[in-house]
Amino acid sequence: MSAIHLRLGALAAAVALLAVSSGHALAQKRYDVGATDTEIKIGNIMPYSGPASAYGVIGKTEAAYFNKINAEGGINGRKINFISYDDAYSPPKTVEQARKLVESDEVLLIFNSLGTPPNTAIQKYMNQKKVPQLFVATGATKWNDPKDFPWTMGWQPNYQSESIIYARYILKNHPNARIAVLYQNDDYGKDYLKGFKDGLGSKAASMIMIEESYEVSEPSIDSHIVKLWSSGADVFFNITTPKFAAQAIKKNAEIGWKPLHFLNNVSSSVGSVLKPAGLENAQDIISSNYLKDPTDPQWKNDPGMIAWNEFLDKYYPEANRSDAAVMYGYTVAQGMVHVLKACGDNLTHENIMKQAASIRDLELGGLLPGIKVNTSPTDFAPLAQLQLMRFKGDTWERFGDILSGDVGG
Amino acid sequence: MSAAEEVVTEAPAVEAVPKRAMTLGYGTSLVVLAALILTPLFVKNFIIFQMTMLLIYGLAVLALNILTGGSGQFSLGQSAFYAIGAYTTAILMEHFNVNYALTLPVAGVICFAAGFLFGQPALRLSGVYLALATFALATAMPQLLKLGFFEHWTGGVQGLVVTKPDAPFGLPLSQDMWLYYFTLAITIGIYIASVNLLRSRSGRAFMAIRDNEIAASAMGVDVSLYKTLAFGVSAGITGVAGGLGAIAVQFVAPDGYTITLAISLFLGMVVGGVGWLPGSIVGSAFIIFVPNIAEGISKGLSGAVFGVLLFLVIFLVPHGARQVALIAQQLAAKLKKN
Repeated sequence: MSAIHLRLGALAAAVALLAVSSGHALAQKRYDVGATDTEIKIGNIMPYSGPASAYGVIGKTEAAYFNKINAEGGINGRKINFISYDDAYSPPKTVEQARKLVESDEVLLIFNSLGTPPNTAIQKYMNQKKVPQLFVATGATKWNDPKDFPWTMGWQPNYQSESIIYARYILKNHPNARIAVLYQNDDYGKDYLKGFKDGLGSKAASMIMIEESYEVSEPSIDSHIVKLWSSGADVFFNITTPKFAAQAIKKNAEIGWKPLHFLNNVSSSVGSVLKPAGLENAQDIISSNYLKDPTDPQWKNDPGMIAWNEFLDKYYPEANRSDAAVMYGYTVAQGMVHVLKACGDNLTHENIMKQAASIRDLELGGLLPGIKVNTSPTDFAPLAQLQLMRFKGDTWERFGDILSGDVGG
Repeated sequence: MSAAEEVVTEAPAVEAVPKRAMTLGYGTSLVVLAALILTPLFVKNFIIFQMTMLLIYGLAVLALNILTGGSGQFSLGQSAFYAIGAYTTAILMEHFNVNYALTLPVAGVICFAAGFLFGQPALRLSGVYLALATFALATAMPQLLKLGFFEHWTGGVQGLVVTKPDAPFGLPLSQDMWLYYFTLAITIGIYIASVNLLRSRSGRAFMAIRDNEIAASAMGVDVSLYKTLAFGVSAGITGVAGGLGAIAVQFVAPDGYTITLAISLFLGMVVGGVGWLPGSIVGSAFIIFVPNIAEGISKGLSGAVFGVLLFLVIFLVPHGARQVALIAQQLAAKLKKN
């Protein structure tokens, strides 16, 4: 017995020595807690209940996508263990769940946690712990701040970049525009408004005739629209979430106000906004996007869209395919898989951030043709490109170049 | 006047002598205290954090218990006072660099004043009408915090990030553990003060008002003064809890203090047993842990599972933890006799 032990011990020592001496040849597997030879633990926090529960679909889509990856053999032989908790969009609860994920479940990283206030609540904690807070699901501009928060990274084009693109378009094509702005009175609305004003620069004060804000709790925004109309503006920047966007488009048609209408991409879904508002009322609206709209007929035979449909058929058949959140969750989960693949056998916090910060021209099936994911150690905004589009008939017609409005946090 | 009265008089399990029934016996208290002091030494930081939140919500439930269980008034607006306390602490710490320990009495005083002032008009209301008035306060608060006028101080919708304090005097404690013992000390202090308050002349006045307002005023109790006083004390304690909550969570934002919080606290009070102060901790445990359990059972239906669990509690032990404690006590007495 003891002889065998001894021999085994010697063998182990020899192997260890070999491993140390041969250095790179054996490319040591390196792990932080949350990763092993067989498993990668990924944490996630979503509002499955509460006021923002509509976004819970994103978490469900991601879970389905990771199931698909696992069914196909996992990432470099490791299965993803996706642990997703509910925070009901309440920041104190988010802190509790994040700590549970990091300290109790011991996840390797937290991925795509949703909402600006919830992510703000855990940002400092995650950076103190040096655990990656990757691809957060919010369009706020402040996530692109690698200097102060090297462990936090955004994902989608931020709100300010988008409104800067509209502002530049207006300055170029309608330099004498009289602009009316309607925005939701929260972090999202104000971020858009700030980007828009920054984009207009010194002309903001003279060009913007009127700014109106509404509360999410208001049942209807009709009175705001009438007020904007009476200001005599000929350009309308519509910073509203889907329900209100549909109301605004409808009301505009009712009162016969026909400004040049810019609609934020949050509400550019054909299925959930433009159809309810009436396609005839939505003609010539300008918006922008980076994702393919699944309800848009032009993508019917697109390979990326076909792959998406096959994935949903098999792993998430009950998904509502006109919900843009499903496409969003699918794309960001693909981004996550890309980073983990790139990490190889070095699954440490540091290497994950390193790989996440060195994505080059990654194209994903759900992104518009020409839009690419790019990051660098000084650029923590993976998606920063958008394309303008105009609504014609029953579909968006993209026009102009792929635009970038990169803004730091 | 209402459910509080019914709750108190309906069942023999909670009959009379509220003065003594409000607390635990000395022996039990010491056991609970020892458990609270020793447990953190053996668990992970995350559990310590959860225990800190348990004490903090426990304080807030206790505050509501003084108001409802003590003076018989309802409030669905505790989240508003909790928010004021949290923001007071956060603003003092981050904008004025005040020591965290000093911000708590300030939060308490400001909330006492706010509660006292709110109590003045609220006096004209009673029962469900008072509940509605406080409900309005809770709904208004998150939006008030977002107002552009205060934005320079409150950080608007983005909220404020609060720095977590280190243990003082170079004590070899982690931040979490220090904060836990700090919170525990404050909780014990407030608990003892509350028990004494309810046993004092003022406490008897509260309970006289709760049991019969007319009789109380006939006995010379200044009904309006004591009603507003109860409101003020309750709000003040809630404010301290809010301040502690801000330090523990390290972040304040309007979304953290919605009407859901107020309802949770109300729920905690009912589950813990209306008017039974030690039940506050049990109620607090219910509102922190049961949603997690519900989520563990079913993610998509967590709300429904939570509802079922809550229903079971209300159905099986309508007087909450207090009833469980009494049953346990009776059993123990029986065993002793045998």
